[in-house]
Amino acid sequence: MLIPHRPEPSPPLAILPTFVCPPERLSESVPDTASAPVTTTATTVPYTTVIGLEVHVQLQTQTKLFCGCSTKFGAPPNTQVCPTCLGLPGSLPVMNRKAFELAVRSALALDCRIASFTKWDRKNYFYPDLPKGYQISQFDLPFSSDGTLEVVDPKGAWSRKVGIIRVHLEEDAGKSMHDEASGVADTRIDLNRAGTPLCEIVTQPDLRSPQEARAWLNELKLLLVYLGVSDCNMQEGSLRVDANVNLHIPVDGGPDAGGRIAKTPIVEIKNMNSFRSVERALAYEAIRQYEEWQATKAEMGKTPKQTRGWDDPAGVTRAQRHKEESSDYRYFPEPDLVPVTVSDEWLAAARQAMGPPPAVLRQTLATTWKISSYDADVLVNQGGDLVAYFEELAGKVGEGKVASNWMQQDVLRTLNERGGTIGEFPVRPAALADLIGRVAKGDFDTSRAREIFAEVLASGRPIDDVVASMGIAAVDDDELVALCRALLAENPKVVADVKGGKEQAAAGLIGQAKKKNPNVNPGKVRAMCLDLIRQM
Amino acid sequence: MALSKNDVAKVGLLARLALSDAELDTMTRELSSIVGFVGQLEKIDTSAVEPLAHPLDTQNVFREDVPRPSLSTAEALQSSPRHDGECFLVPAVLGDTGSA
Repeated sequence: MLIPHRPEPSPPLAILPTFVCPPERLSESVPDTASAPVTTTATTVPYTTVIGLEVHVQLQTQTKLFCGCSTKFGAPPNTQVCPTCLGLPGSLPVMNRKAFELAVRSALALDCRIASFTKWDRKNYFYPDLPKGYQISQFDLPFSSDGTLEVVDPKGAWSRKVGIIRVHLEEDAGKSMHDEASGVADTRIDLNRAGTPLCEIVTQPDLRSPQEARAWLNELKLLLVYLGVSDCNMQEGSLRVDANVNLHIPVDGGPDAGGRIAKTPIVEIKNMNSFRSVERALAYEAIRQYEEWQATKAEMGKTPKQTRGWDDPAGVTRAQRHKEESSDYRYFPEPDLVPVTVSDEWLAAARQAMGPPPAVLRQTLATTWKISSYDADVLVNQGGDLVAYFEELAGKVGEGKVASNWMQQDVLRTLNERGGTIGEFPVRPAALADLIGRVAKGDFDTSRAREIFAEVLASGRPIDDVVASMGIAAVDDDELVALCRALLAENPKVVADVKGGKEQAAAGLIGQAKKKNPNVNPGKVRAMCLDLIRQM
Repeated sequence: MALSKNDVAKVGLLARLALSDAELDTMTRELSSIVGFVGQLEKIDTSAVEPLAHPLDTQNVFREDVPRPSLSTAEALQSSPRHDGECFLVPAVLGDTGSA
């Protein structure tokens, strides 16, 4: 008889990381990279939080890893299945070339060593969403290992290099749906997702705070999206994170004072549906473990690794049911797939086909367009399409800083307010560059240009139309001289003040000039008036 | 090489097989004989032999990432003991879902 059995989390092989007490700061604060970076003060806690992550990423392929079924999200249940992904007898898997190439690309981006020889293995367990009774995964010869990804604070306040133990390519399981509220006894199984290609990325326990973990995940996501490896959409399950966490607590003053480091039992946290949940779950778990340690003094190795689920609404982690049987997946080589060898030429081509990763792009933007690394960070974090828009704009404007200001103050703000993507943004770089160029020429000032920009967005009409209909026409020099003469005649006191050395008195003329003609350029009015007064 | 009854009980559990005590005895005897037969291989000196990942001397078999028609839902579900026309139905699985 078949008894559904939950698989234990897969062990990161025999390479269970050795936990070394870090010399780093006890705790540190990192900005919330999802919103405006804020610097908060570091709080000191009597322990070091040690975090390692296990990330599953769905690769952006048209079809599944071993069959030609579509991987499109959101289709009605069991409409994207075939004998192979249903695990029907007699079906055989054939590896998707694109999936392997994308997997290699992500490993290269993570600075991993790519194995010249790799194979797949069967990981055996019974669960209703796993039709074959085994998952095709990689055990002892993953296609890549030993990588690193660094996350750097845009203001340079901190950085963290995180080691990657391994990246391997495997297939996803299906989806189980159980409506506990309705009291219905059955679990419904949709196998559309079964066989979707996944990259599993396992990090070293190198992260030292929940905020760091979140910032690092943001960087990882940005990298994978940039390289076209995955859309990393957490709502659709394209990116899933499990976290391993424990505490290193100095006892009797720590090793420096002749004491030692106590390590709390490692807990694996599951069920986190956003990077914010990851941060919150880790923060909760650190405090929970510290309190438990104070109460029980339980240390790592004396109890089996525990799995806890994050309950987001309640804001707590809860112990998941213990399985009486420890994980025993009885891995063995997958006889239905032949091994893959990767030549140097293949790797060179894969590197060539790869665009620059965000870290490189930030530097390139900063140096090429002479913008601050903070500005470069803001632009790059918005994705490749926005960077392409910026580069086109900056090229046409000829001034990186001006282009960057317009991007951040006007384009990005509008996108945030209205939604949508930069690709469908109605004001294209050429039009925006034209507008910015007219400001530089002195046709109108920046605030007038912003009004035009807003009107172009609202009406969808071309800039020239808007300029004409708003009655904005460049004021020619004769007109400007006449206007300034009239102003000076009406304001003898200002003239006297300026002659007496108070040039700032001319500022009083600008409002009046705007009343006479809203299209005048304030800077030009000021300069012209001062000139005329000098000639008087 | 002899397997203990405990070994067999564990393998039985992993295979989700509910074995009676009598069945365990039979299985222990029969499996021991199979493992013992295969165990002859251990007598061979393999120190100079490279590990074999696959018996075929073939590598890099790929297909292109081009969609092919899937089965209809009705076809997909037809061999299932229970379904609701959309999904396969199985006995309740509580707790969180999905693992890879």
